[in-house]
Amino acid sequence: MWAVETIELTKEYPVGFWRRRSKLALDRLSFTVDGREIFGLLGPNGAGKTTTLKLLLRLVFPTSGSGRILGRPLSDVRVHARIGYLPENPSFYDHLTAEELVNYAGWLFGLPGAECRRRSRRLLEQVGLAESAGVAVRKFSKGMTQRLGIAQALVNDPDVIFLDEPMSGLDPLGRRQVRDLILSLRQEGKTVFFSTHILSDAEMLCDRVAILDRGRLQGLGSLREILSLSVSSTELVLEEPDGDVLDALAPFTAATVRTGDRVRLELVSDADVNAVLEAALAAGARIVSLNPVKTSLEDFFLARVAGSTGRERGASTPAADLERIPEARSKRP
Amino acid sequence: MSRVAAIAVHAFKESVREKVLYNLVFFALLMIGAGILVSSVSIGINQILLVNLGLSAISVFGLLIAVFIGISLVWKEIERRTIYNVLSKPVARFEFILGKYLGLVLTLTVNTAIMTVGFYLALYYEKGRLGFEDLAPLEAIYFILLQLALVVGVALLLSTISTPVLSAVFTLSLYLIGNLLEDLRGFGEQSANAMLRNLLRGLSYVLPNFGTFSVISQAAHGQLIPGYRLWSNSLYALLYLTVLVSGAVLIFEEREFR
Repeated sequence: MWAVETIELTKEYPVGFWRRRSKLALDRLSFTVDGREIFGLLGPNGAGKTTTLKLLLRLVFPTSGSGRILGRPLSDVRVHARIGYLPENPSFYDHLTAEELVNYAGWLFGLPGAECRRRSRRLLEQVGLAESAGVAVRKFSKGMTQRLGIAQALVNDPDVIFLDEPMSGLDPLGRRQVRDLILSLRQEGKTVFFSTHILSDAEMLCDRVAILDRGRLQGLGSLREILSLSVSSTELVLEEPDGDVLDALAPFTAATVRTGDRVRLELVSDADVNAVLEAALAAGARIVSLNPVKTSLEDFFLARVAGSTGRERGASTPAADLERIPEARSKRP
Repeated sequence: MSRVAAIAVHAFKESVREKVLYNLVFFALLMIGAGILVSSVSIGINQILLVNLGLSAISVFGLLIAVFIGISLVWKEIERRTIYNVLSKPVARFEFILGKYLGLVLTLTVNTAIMTVGFYLALYYEKGRLGFEDLAPLEAIYFILLQLALVVGVALLLSTISTPVLSAVFTLSLYLIGNLLEDLRGFGEQSANAMLRNLLRGLSYVLPNFGTFSVISQAAHGQLIPGYRLWSNSLYALLYLTVLVSGAVLIFEEREFR
């Protein structure tokens, strides 16, 4: 039994004044999520990530296709007793305090009062809001609201947790806390399904990812597979090379980047590494390192997204909206 | 039932934390208090005036409260997207609507009870004692409460398909028309146009008959309501609000939250 399964899930929204036209938000999406894994749904803004989550949570209804959570159809509201959900940019009742809100969530799950209070205290502590338990939600910052959202999503000790952009609005410390929390949830044997457009988060957390663009699935697989897909190029770093060295290596070089005393040469894809090394040593180069550069998640993502729309990498694409984290550009062994 | 109770209690809490409600209840009590002054300067009809003014204040301010909370509570949940947090829990959509409705009725009941206490204090101040004959206003207040339960049902139904302003306009319009249904039917019966006659007769059966709950003047004259009317009006209100809440549930079941 899959934790989450979608079969040809499609969603069209009616648009226009007479609602006669329709906009395709999700196109025949099929994937499965195993239990005890962290699954990331990636895509630029408007890719269909939130629509997928809303379909799974039955906040909107599919135009066609179906889905199952923990073996039960999406229409079976009883399965919600075993799931937790953090919406994108969550909003809560202004008149409640943080503790009252988590208690209310617990009550909706049918938990007894004493158990609600015990769990809400523990969860608020876990997300770093213990000292703000009695503060009205309207006084919370965006980051605090996000963490409160996570606390209320966990009050029923769910088997599957859906998080829509969980890092949104968090400062670096908050992001770290949420990352640690997601990892600890997997350790507890839970399935975490989250959407994000921040690739570094996905790269750090996910066991498997699905990439969406304009409602279509562009890629699906384990992160391990994706990140070790292929060596996209080889990188040679030299210390204080003179002109002769660079001239000798020019036939093998695709790009050169100088950083301080060092020069990083990106070798042409079909370069014979032995021949490059021999040429470099013969020219008197001081070699610092020679590394294969593997495909990063961002490279993979950009290739799929740009490929799906026929746009060039680096051009103004939806992917340009992505938060670019320099460290995620390349993954070295 | 636990989930319905949770939503009802939450809706009640949300309503009672609205400052506007306190203002409305305060003004209602002020009106009742003013009734003492007005009745003290009238000769012979001071008690009739006080009851008339007091019950009218309870009815009018109750109506404002019913419309205000009825149109806003569900709409606010959708507009502020707090509905996501509720419907992602094991809460069926009918439980949400039923819970909201019961919470609204609970709020109205508590508010009406406060105004009723104010009214009877004023009556006691005026008469110096309270007797069996003073039960008549209590019956009228019960009818006002039934009327408000219907009003809040109409407002809830409309708020699932419309904006608060439009819902308020339609609810108040329906309230006014519902108080004039007898006149509407009488007008139709006198019309030579058969189509108009049938249309008005049909409307008088379909639209909520708020006029049947108006017994303020009888109460002011100390006339108790016959038992059969208490039962028939209670049953009518129960049946009608079942239709209203079921309608709201049916609409809500199909609604998407984008």
